[in-house]
Amino acid sequence: MADTETQREAVLAAIDAVAERLSAEKSYLTDLDSAIGDADHGANMSRGFGAVAEKTDELDGDIDDVVKTVGTTLISEVGGASGPLYGGSIMFASQELEGGITAETSVAFAEAYLDKVQDRGDAQIGSKTMVDALTPAVHTFKKSIEQDDLPPLTALAKAVDAAERGVNFTVPLKAKKGRASYLDWRSVGHQDPGATSTLFIMEELLDVASEHLEGETDVDATSPEAVEREAE
Amino acid sequence: MVGLVVVSHSAKAAEGICDVAAEMGSAEAEIVAAGGDEDGSIGTSAPRIQDAIEQARDDDGVVVLVDLGSAVMNTELAIEMLEAEDDDVRIADAPILEGTLNAAVNAAGSKATLESVVEAAEDAREYRKLN
Repeated sequence: MADTETQREAVLAAIDAVAERLSAEKSYLTDLDSAIGDADHGANMSRGFGAVAEKTDELDGDIDDVVKTVGTTLISEVGGASGPLYGGSIMFASQELEGGITAETSVAFAEAYLDKVQDRGDAQIGSKTMVDALTPAVHTFKKSIEQDDLPPLTALAKAVDAAERGVNFTVPLKAKKGRASYLDWRSVGHQDPGATSTLFIMEELLDVASEHLEGETDVDATSPEAVEREAE
Repeated sequence: MVGLVVVSHSAKAAEGICDVAAEMGSAEAEIVAAGGDEDGSIGTSAPRIQDAIEQARDDDGVVVLVDLGSAVMNTELAIEMLEAEDDDVRIADAPILEGTLNAAVNAAGSKATLESVVEAAEDAREYRKLN
């Protein structure tokens, strides 16, 4: 386990990286959302994480408090369903990081986050939502850590890969939740914006974790897929 | 008295519904609008709903009327953040306009309880507009 200062640096770096990525993907996410939603996902996510990034100077408590503040800031900045789904779930799951970030607490955090998203949104796999990216990612992460004893970075890389396949899985589905469900059959053929931003966030987490854990593990941290994306 | 909060994606719709309800002879009832997102555009916002609940809150609790999707999620989140005691804030599963009118009339009555106001709001689910 990395020391507390390294963990804090990693969390702050992750906030910056996610904010930057979502800002860069703002119009792409908005395009996805205008096809089947209300065309505000890019702006909402970018504004939300932008506000968190501006606050990083104030984030000097324990790791769980820092992560909790990420959640509460998103709640106050992001309107619509993304506030409660992303911010509310981060806020709820942050309590699992009490004592810091380890392989074990990361799994607990991921599971708590997924549970809260599912519960709040009342969405199941196949509803064409962020749950379709998140569920395979969290299951893969947990299994890689707990059953296969893989190093956390390898587990995270596998989780990102699973999330990406989940994003692709949303394309041919008919939406059952959210604004997209009002479109009924017309939602088929479009990629879900929430699943997509979930993947982007996870890709940044993997990137930042790789940088901060370099040298701590002798195992290749990136999946072939992640390397490929990196090269793009 | 049981307070009411009206949560709509539209600030105008939430305020309009409150106006209609207030005109139904229940001006005494405390009805607070919480429409729109944090900057007032279309959406819903947990902190706005939280403020409205606090404003409407009296000894007898608050019933929240909601429109669609994120209105429910943000209201649930607002209630969690308030750490409401023992169900003292409830979401009514009811059509927002008709439910608010029913709830306002019930809440203005001297025998109103949190339970009776929720029930009155939810009775509105059965209303037919045409015979």
